Amino acid sequence: MALVLDGVRVRQRGETWLHDIHLELSSGMTTLVGPMAAGKTTLMRVVGGLLPPDAGRVVVNGKDVTAISVRKRSVAFVYQQFINYPSLSVYENIASPLRMARFPKKDMDRRVHEVAEIMGIGDLLDRRPAELSGGQQQRTAIARALARPVDVLLLDEPLANLDFKLREQLRGDLKDMFRDSPSVVLYSTADPAEALTFASPTVVLGEGRVLDVGEVADMYAQPPTLAVAATLSDPPLNLLPGVVREGRIECLGSSFPSPGAHASGRNVVLAVRPHQVTIERSGSDVLEFPAEIRLAEVTGSETFLHLMLADGRHLVAQLAGTQLFTPGERTVAYVDPAHIFVFDDAGGRLLATSAAEVDLHG
Amino acid sequence: MAGEQVAVARRARRQLPWARAVFWLYAATLMLPLLWMFGMSIRPNEDILGSFSLIPQRTTLDNYRTFFTDPVWYSSYLNSIIYTSMNAVMSLIVALPAAYAFSRFRFAGDKHLFFWLLTNRMAPPAVFLLPFFQIYQSVGLFDTHLGVAIAHMLFNVPLAVWILEGFMSGIPREIDETAAIDGYSLPRFFLRIFLPMIRSAVGVTLFFCFMFSWVELLIARTITSVNAKPIAATMTRTVSAAGVDWGLLATAGVLTIIPGAIVIWFVRNYVAKGFALGRV
Repeated sequence: MALVLDGVRVRQRGETWLHDIHLELSSGMTTLVGPMAAGKTTLMRVVGGLLPPDAGRVVVNGKDVTAISVRKRSVAFVYQQFINYPSLSVYENIASPLRMARFPKKDMDRRVHEVAEIMGIGDLLDRRPAELSGGQQQRTAIARALARPVDVLLLDEPLANLDFKLREQLRGDLKDMFRDSPSVVLYSTADPAEALTFASPTVVLGEGRVLDVGEVADMYAQPPTLAVAATLSDPPLNLLPGVVREGRIECLGSSFPSPGAHASGRNVVLAVRPHQVTIERSGSDVLEFPAEIRLAEVTGSETFLHLMLADGRHLVAQLAGTQLFTPGERTVAYVDPAHIFVFDDAGGRLLATSAAEVDLHG
Repeated sequence: MAGEQVAVARRARRQLPWARAVFWLYAATLMLPLLWMFGMSIRPNEDILGSFSLIPQRTTLDNYRTFFTDPVWYSSYLNSIIYTSMNAVMSLIVALPAAYAFSRFRFAGDKHLFFWLLTNRMAPPAVFLLPFFQIYQSVGLFDTHLGVAIAHMLFNVPLAVWILEGFMSGIPREIDETAAIDGYSLPRFFLRIFLPMIRSAVGVTLFFCFMFSWVELLIARTITSVNAKPIAATMTRTVSAAGVDWGLLATAGVLTIIPGAIVIWFVRNYVAKGFALGRV
């Protein structure tokens, strides 16, 4: 199975939602990650045939399906909202694509029980969707999508409306299920942690454009642009202004050796993930930022310390464990230059990376 | 979340000391004319015109016997039931696809057309009397059940579209799309998936169509003479040489309420839900 998007463009209400998307996907799971309004759903709808693109082609297994009606395509779609047929039982819900495809009754029955077992709703087949919990409703929707063998399976943020325990459980199930799927499985999410967990080939989407395609762990370790770094960082990146001066980069009174040779006077953006900011000096070559504590959010396993720097900028430090601070107190934030990503001021292109912050392949 | 709020509101609602008494007083005030009419229908005429008494002195079923044996009465009663039912079914058959189109598709002038539907209800029915009369005379619909049913559709279809569209728009489009992906054809999806989802809307719509058609007198009387004459028209003609037949009139009144009461009984849950959800 192979899915090719060739110059797909979508304009709606005078705005361009997708800019000439070129993508080639093969069977198995691909993660589509991007912030809200990045065009994930639009892209999925184009692939599924629910939205005709204004330009470009959708090619499945070498066949141009752009003009083929959604009823005749071999696709399945799972929405973020739990979409089931309320008047039909869970069994009939799962069976309905098979019925429409005129599966023999025996095969249909076997298949429905099979996918229901996989999704862990085997004992709920007689119920109506409204009698199920949110997690079970979404399992039903996924089971219906799995029932019929399709060329392309689309899952549009299927776990976003579930509470976190169910989400993690179902995420694990889906990861196992789709890894070796014969279909092209496109899974969209706004949650970078989800993309990283799936560790499958990943497409980063932003403002209707493909920002990067590749292995998500590489992208996380070496984000090619600021937008990719921001998309894959949760909690959000800390951004600080810097300027190149004689082989060093200066930032709010501190400086460190520039990772590459760049012209003096050039403005750059420094990006640091919150968990790389500490309040204990960890080495000799670290940057120091005197700061005032504004707020400390304790989540239990972590403490998010919101700091205000000398120039009024905010810096968030993600510290391990429960730590108590008094707002208004003064402290010093330390950042190891090795963990700073340097982007140029205009295009967000990474000038040079410091040493990879973690060895994700190890 | 909304459900929780309702639950909280329900818990917070306190019983007012006089609530029960006020309710019964109100109910009695509403019911009095109905009970009085029922009382009249089971009394002989002399007693109705004689001295005032709360409880009937003598009871008789003569009025009901007359009603169901005199063809003028029972046939007009049947006429009303026939054209009202026809109208409700026909209005629904026309309004369901129309409402679906308004709810799901965008087409040139859709918003104007939708508003125009409503403006139809702003014109007084009398405006349409003459055109209906003349047209019906010439096409042979005059004094037929079908004719009255069609005439009433002029008012009921816009109303039905309006009510149904409100409900349909409350159903996520993703259901339609999922069905299309599963391979359902539009008619099959509509009958098997969509219609069951809006059955309370259908109930509410049927009720409103029935009600408007049942109580409408002006048009129904103008475009009928004998064969499709409505019960309400017959009721206006009870004055004879012997004076007004009060008992029979009251009997017709009681029987006229019954079909409405039956329809209400069947759709009462839907109507309550309809008021809560849609555009009623």
